[in-house]
Amino acid sequence: MSSILVVTEVREGKLKQVNREIFTAALQLGNKKNLSVAALILGNEINGLIDEPGKYGVQQVLSVSDPKLAKYSPDCFTAAIVEVAKQKNPEMILMGATNMGKDLLARVAQALDTALAQDVTDIDVEADEIIFTRPMYAGKIMAEVTISSTPQMATIRPKSYKALENPTPVTVEKMNIHLPKPLVVVDEVIKSTGGKMDVTEADIIISGGRGMKGPENWHLIENLAEVTGAATGCSRPVSDEGWRDHGEHIGQTGKTVSPSLYIACGISGAIQHIAGISSSKCIVAINKDPEAPIFKAADYGIVGDVFEVLPALTEEIKKTGQ
Amino acid sequence: MNIAVCIKQVPDTETKIKIANDNKSINEDGIKWIVNPYDEFAIEEALKIVEKFGGEVTIISVGPSTIEKSIREALAMGAHHAIRIETPQIPFDPVVTSSALASVLKEGNFDLIFLGQRAIDADHSQVTSMLSQILDLPCVPLIVKLEINGNKATALREIEGGDEKISFNLPAIVSAQRGLNQPRYRSLKGIMQAKKKEIQIKQASLPEEKIIVRKLAYPPEKEAGRIIGQGVEAVPELVSILRDEAKVL
Repeated sequence: MSSILVVTEVREGKLKQVNREIFTAALQLGNKKNLSVAALILGNEINGLIDEPGKYGVQQVLSVSDPKLAKYSPDCFTAAIVEVAKQKNPEMILMGATNMGKDLLARVAQALDTALAQDVTDIDVEADEIIFTRPMYAGKIMAEVTISSTPQMATIRPKSYKALENPTPVTVEKMNIHLPKPLVVVDEVIKSTGGKMDVTEADIIISGGRGMKGPENWHLIENLAEVTGAATGCSRPVSDEGWRDHGEHIGQTGKTVSPSLYIACGISGAIQHIAGISSSKCIVAINKDPEAPIFKAADYGIVGDVFEVLPALTEEIKKTGQ
Repeated sequence: MNIAVCIKQVPDTETKIKIANDNKSINEDGIKWIVNPYDEFAIEEALKIVEKFGGEVTIISVGPSTIEKSIREALAMGAHHAIRIETPQIPFDPVVTSSALASVLKEGNFDLIFLGQRAIDADHSQVTSMLSQILDLPCVPLIVKLEINGNKATALREIEGGDEKISFNLPAIVSAQRGLNQPRYRSLKGIMQAKKKEIQIKQASLPEEKIIVRKLAYPPEKEAGRIIGQGVEAVPELVSILRDEAKVL
């Protein structure tokens, strides 16, 4: 039986959450297309991870363990996946649309002479054809694309699928693959201060705009982020001014995000920003200008001063939380 | 230093994108075209490197003559040469773009190849990675810092929640992420000089597109948001809605 190969991403000895979401996505697609699902775990000292796909219903695990895979080496990871693909001949290869996944699968697609749909938010089957839906123009347009070569490949945007637990026993096949000498070497992994969550992976994002008036007021955003377990984001003027790091910039020339809850504080809602948050499940806007375009994009809004509303919101959530 | 910067012409970020009648492409009427914003970081970094170490910067772009507008804008920033790879339209599939660029890059003997980390139109984020695979060169996407020392380089690459410090040898391919630098403005002198610079035209044999657009659609239209109320009095109701109705807290 042909298969869907899910390439997992290991960070700090753990599988990233997006992998679990893709296990569920792959199993749903596998049911429709009569394809089995195999998880590929690449890394060093990964024995503790090989049961993880089974918790989400994936029965077949392939593993490649090598010190050269301890950190992300595009060259070695590409070589490993290409070799696995040549041996197993999957119909489809999926991975998370993370910075690593997007680079890696583009290289694998090139090496296997096929194509890649990047940052996919939905995979569906219509008349036996697999259709990938992916945002373009940061979400101003949704494109349905098909891939005319095999294996069909896609990276899937974090938070597009909900991971469903479905414990099942796994069979593990350890593969020995000769890896090349890496051309680029990761000397060091530098975590951002406080080890903060990235906006692309966060379930809740508290985001500030120019209405926050200056970096010295960001404790209001951070306090709310803390009580809600959220990541912090910002609009473009804020990162351009240097109030916040560029990594927090959300919008067409920054990051596109899909959290369950996006709270926009003092953000007017320029078209580029709205595009970047349009796939959020619930958007809340707090802005003193009732005419601000952000209210049109939002599900709920409070017209008011962020400097009063934000502390009140933080307190209320604390008070009513468990 | 002999540096190539691969650029793409894209609609301005202000553009409200409209879908054409075929439902598979966008309606280009009235669009203002710009150099892809991430490519400007790439051009800036390339110019800074040749200002420090000497050398020349060549702009390369794939598409019909209409893309010469943005090629000239890149030249106006101070790039020395430009090559346009002739295609009937700007390719959609990054496989095609990469193949076209690689055919020119192979002959150019470049020490460094720069791209923007993605083009803000189709958002593929693939060409950098594919080029490194075709050209078999060290590749670091998403750099926010680059230091060069002879034929060795170190870069900071953005990852989720931090950066990776990477070392590699030249020649190499890198893609620019926001934060790398602040692109310079085009000076009047630069704009005048760019008008006189030659844009070399090259042909490339192109592979078939393998990603096929079936349909374009607008994201589901949202009803305008519900204003819960004014100021702090509205906060308790908002929280209860987020907990019980939207179930997102």
